[in-house]
Amino acid sequence: MAQPAVSPAPAAPAAPNRTHRLRRWLSASVLIGGVVVAVVVVIAALSGLLAPNPNALSLGATLAPPFFQAGAAAGAPLGTDYLGRNVLSLIIAGTPISLEIGLLATTCAATLGTALGLLSGYAGGWVDDVVMRLVDVQLAFPFILMALTFMAVSGPGLAKLIVILILSGWVTYARVVRGETLRLRELLFVESARAVGAPRRRILARHILPNVLPSVLVLAPIDVANNILLSAALTFIGLGIDPSIPSWGGLLANGRIYLNTSWWIATFPGLAIMVTVFGFNLLGDGLRDALDPRSRT
Amino acid sequence: MRIVAYVVRRILQGALVMLVLSIVVFVTIRLTGNPVAGLLQGLSPTKQAIAHLEHALGLDRPLYVQYAAYMWQAVRGNLGQSYSMQVPVTTLIWSRFPATLELALAAIVESILIAVPLGTYAALHRGSTGDLAVRGASLIGISFPNFWLGIMLVLVFSVTWRIFPASGDAGLLSLVLPATTLGLILAGVEMRLVRASVLEVVPQDYVRTARAKGSPPARVLTTHILRNALLSIVTFTGLQFAGLLGGVVIIEDIFAWPGLGQIGLTAVEQRDYPLVQGIVLFFAALLVLVNLLTDLSYLLIDPRIRFE
Repeated sequence: MAQPAVSPAPAAPAAPNRTHRLRRWLSASVLIGGVVVAVVVVIAALSGLLAPNPNALSLGATLAPPFFQAGAAAGAPLGTDYLGRNVLSLIIAGTPISLEIGLLATTCAATLGTALGLLSGYAGGWVDDVVMRLVDVQLAFPFILMALTFMAVSGPGLAKLIVILILSGWVTYARVVRGETLRLRELLFVESARAVGAPRRRILARHILPNVLPSVLVLAPIDVANNILLSAALTFIGLGIDPSIPSWGGLLANGRIYLNTSWWIATFPGLAIMVTVFGFNLLGDGLRDALDPRSRT
Repeated sequence: MRIVAYVVRRILQGALVMLVLSIVVFVTIRLTGNPVAGLLQGLSPTKQAIAHLEHALGLDRPLYVQYAAYMWQAVRGNLGQSYSMQVPVTTLIWSRFPATLELALAAIVESILIAVPLGTYAALHRGSTGDLAVRGASLIGISFPNFWLGIMLVLVFSVTWRIFPASGDAGLLSLVLPATTLGLILAGVEMRLVRASVLEVVPQDYVRTARAKGSPPARVLTTHILRNALLSIVTFTGLQFAGLLGGVVIIEDIFAWPGLGQIGLTAVEQRDYPLVQGIVLFFAALLVLVNLLTDLSYLLIDPRIRFE
């Protein structure tokens, strides 16, 4: 791997202003991604105030178009659905649950994956074999279909959805952390810790864990994005979050039925998902390039 | 000889994966409820009727006996009878598989046609406005919920402009929207990879040598840069296959595409356990096979690689 930053005669002399522009773009991506994520978090936190009553019916104004089309209803800038519910309020009310699922599933998957990765990389031997075979099985798993089966037979539910996301998410962390651990355990500072007789638990917690953490943190925003997407997809086909709770995937599923006449019901919730996911992806992308010089862009 | 040994080992590994999977699928399905209760839903059957049906389907035997019986038949190519359609599961799978394969291949071809030129352009003009545009576009691509993209394409191209049919399988025209939905999202991921692999190859000595000896730029690009970047592109396309199959299930549902994903979803709704089990195992076998073929394709692309 070439490292023009270190070698005095870079093989590919990129024009300096171009490298500069690229770097500016990356810090811009952290900034923009961060702002999008922050806005979504604030909306989620204030959803009770912004949309106190998302299920309020207004049967006099059903299927009203958004504000820029003729016949829009007052107070419903993104239109209303077939029961006259305000689409904007429904989207706001669906924000906290999307974020909760994304963050909770990611935290648990990252913790589980990191623990297994540390164990597998440091202990080696049969522990490593077992964990890596589990990873293989997981990677050959037609996951969505299995998740569908499980959710369909046991019925939709938040806890089950999160468990499924954790089961699908831990593998990435385990592989990355295992690789890093294999590299770190051979380094001098770990060897010296071993030489002075530090117990394995202490070596893992004090010497190896802090060094693998940046890699884990870089994976996390992208994982949050994936979890939001996957949970919305499952909810969309009726097998994720309970339909009585307002959620983006559920809204989209309702809107799909009215696609021929009322395009806005399916369009805006999807846009909300996309913008949120884009924000997390942008943040993750920028962070990776900033924190991990090996994945040069 | 080494290759033969390698392939044999990989097939054995694949078999192990399939074995674990089959147990997981079998147990998950059985743990989550009695299939007979699901089958007779809304019929208020007598206890005798339930017991009779359970006996007829062999569900009154211990779980491990059921599993052993199922696997004994499965390895001989018999995946049982579908509860809801009264047809052998394998017949159903083989009748639906071509449509799914057609959709998946179309999506892969489409994504490569988009991703390779754009990703290469971005890498060769690193830091340019075009590069930033490609990076931005690929990030937007991976942020799209596939089902939403599908619905939006229907909205624009079927509802508003009436160019392509919104559902069903009536010739090539109806393939366009579902394949594009999957292809665009796949292209988002692939563009990043193509860009990264080309960026790794460009500073290599052999590229400089080729340029120095006066090879035309197009030749340097095709025989030196792209050929060497191809390895990671192929690996990656292989790895994407699992995700693609997941997407296929949802996209087939949206576009009423008559493939495996669609009957898979119907089977799940109707609690048609043999069919669900069969389809999940079939998808898993497909993944194992694709992973093996991906690894073997290295040999063709890079003769330096030797398997041990």
